Amino acid sequence: MYKIKLFTNTVSGFYLLLLAGTAQAVLNIEITQGVEGAVPLAVVPFAWQVPPQNPQTPAELLPPKKPPIDIAAIVRADLARTGRFEPLPPKDMLARPNVDSTINFSNWRIFQSENLVVGTLQYLGADRYKIRFRLFDVFKEKQLEGFSFSVSGNNLRRAAHQVSDIIYEKLTGERGAFTTSVAYVTAAGVGKARRYSLWIADADGYGPQSMMRSREPILSPAWSPDGTRIAYASLEDNGHQAVFVQNIASGHRDKVSSHKGINGAPSWSPDGKSLAVTLSKDGNPEIYVIDLTGKKQRRLTRHWAIDTEPTWTPDGKTIIFTSDRGGRPQLYQVPSKGGKARRLTFEGKYNAKASVSQDGKKVAMIHRAGGKYRVAVMDLKSGNLRVLTDGSLDESPSFAPNGGMIIYATSAGRRGILKAVSVDGNIHQRLTVPEGDVREPAWSPFPQ
Amino acid sequence: MKLWTKTVLAMLPALMLLGCGTSGEVEDETDSGVSSSSSTDESGSSATTSGVGSGDMASGEGMGEQEAGFSGDPLDDPSSLLAKRVVYFDFDQTEIKSDFRAIIQAHAEYLANNSSVMVTLEGHADERGTREYNIALGERRANAVQRLLTLQGASASQIRVISYGEERPAALGHDEDSLALNRRVEFIYNR
Repeated sequence: MYKIKLFTNTVSGFYLLLLAGTAQAVLNIEITQGVEGAVPLAVVPFAWQVPPQNPQTPAELLPPKKPPIDIAAIVRADLARTGRFEPLPPKDMLARPNVDSTINFSNWRIFQSENLVVGTLQYLGADRYKIRFRLFDVFKEKQLEGFSFSVSGNNLRRAAHQVSDIIYEKLTGERGAFTTSVAYVTAAGVGKARRYSLWIADADGYGPQSMMRSREPILSPAWSPDGTRIAYASLEDNGHQAVFVQNIASGHRDKVSSHKGINGAPSWSPDGKSLAVTLSKDGNPEIYVIDLTGKKQRRLTRHWAIDTEPTWTPDGKTIIFTSDRGGRPQLYQVPSKGGKARRLTFEGKYNAKASVSQDGKKVAMIHRAGGKYRVAVMDLKSGNLRVLTDGSLDESPSFAPNGGMIIYATSAGRRGILKAVSVDGNIHQRLTVPEGDVREPAWSPFPQ
Repeated sequence: MKLWTKTVLAMLPALMLLGCGTSGEVEDETDSGVSSSSSTDESGSSATTSGVGSGDMASGEGMGEQEAGFSGDPLDDPSSLLAKRVVYFDFDQTEIKSDFRAIIQAHAEYLANNSSVMVTLEGHADERGTREYNIALGERRANAVQRLLTLQGASASQIRVISYGEERPAALGHDEDSLALNRRVEFIYNR
């Protein structure tokens, strides 16, 4: 008998967006480079089970004729997208066992599938569904995981990503980030017709929701640590820059900073109570820490040079920022309570726009080498810097909350696209929208 | 119309004299602009501006008289230095190149003589580097122009500085000529 754990995480912290969105900015994600020797595995289409019905059952209580979503297909796509797994196409499968079947492992060994996932999607009535699945080691003929959880119809897709998270963590030892989201900005149209939009989509590009639209550029979206709000800088009011904090569920937004000059580059403190921002109200760009009403502010830097692009380290104790006080833009670190700034980067003449991994150990940045602007990652302890990409105009790196991937903006021909690279530089993804430019990606924290 | 043209033509020699007499420095700057236009990585932009600049004999105090000959505002005079509304910069630099000092001086004098006129200085950067840093760079360029304008008589209250960073390129290409056109400060008169 296999042990089936009760999965009680009933997507309570789920923040779905209520704002109307269109499908025009759907991100298409493709792997451009994967790991050599990706692990072959099989994810069998989940069996569809409905409760017995009688002729008296009213039409509105009848189950859907077919499963509302293909859970196995979503899991296969999630795992394939990491570049670390190579799922067996369903058409090649010799058998389609489900969660209650006896498994004939030889059916999977002949494809060298190292792992097998079988599952069942069951309709419980009243828009409730139960998902059960098992993960096997094919060669050891042993179950590695077994899960059962129930969700409502509109959370099925997210539940499929949770299945991916569980499988990924079991097989790699690293937490999956399949239930996370990505914020990004699109720009389409030319001249006076150019429009900028801020979007939030699932990490697989699905279900983009428009957060806001503007005739003026939108910059530096940043997720609150609890994932419920997003801060950004917007050049509205005839070119005047302001920082806003927008509630994702309600769409309500507050202007938290609109001083004379630059109001930009917001970054949330890990406790979600403050923002580090760039303000030039006193003559040139300096880093400030402000509260969410914008009334309290504390100046952190005091230098004639450009100080901008602040980002908090996850312990909340320091802020890393870009400054050209040494003549060229480099990263510096300053205590968040105030103090002396210390230079962090020494390799190359241009290092800017830091993103810190959740474990606080790595800093991603834009690094110039040979006239090319590329994503590099530095180990904070050793100071070792490694260039991860081969682009020429990379911008805006943002760590996934599990620290495995870095999403960034770059250009392909004349178009702005997004790419993602694994922190070891081995896996490369390309994320495109059907038309226009896409830029300023920000990976969400884990849902709470 | 004919009468108007004649008036202007009749005034030209006087204006030329005024221009030469009052601002020898302007001529020097223009000359250096021409000579340097073939060097540096901004040859495209420099060539454009110095070409028009060298034909601008009427400048400085000439403005007042020109005003009468044109539609009442020297800003509309296509042969005036005031018709040049863009200052270009070197890569990652905010220093104003000598080629553009005469243009800025003409705008400073115009603003000083027309205290009710407001101008917005829009700072821009090329696409290289990060967006927020480029917003800061664009602002620093616009501030550099503002400083020179106020040193030459314009009032700070007449000038508004904004920065678009790399967000509003003038040229869309990725080649050096396009990038050079995007590293700029634009004068936008609010009339």
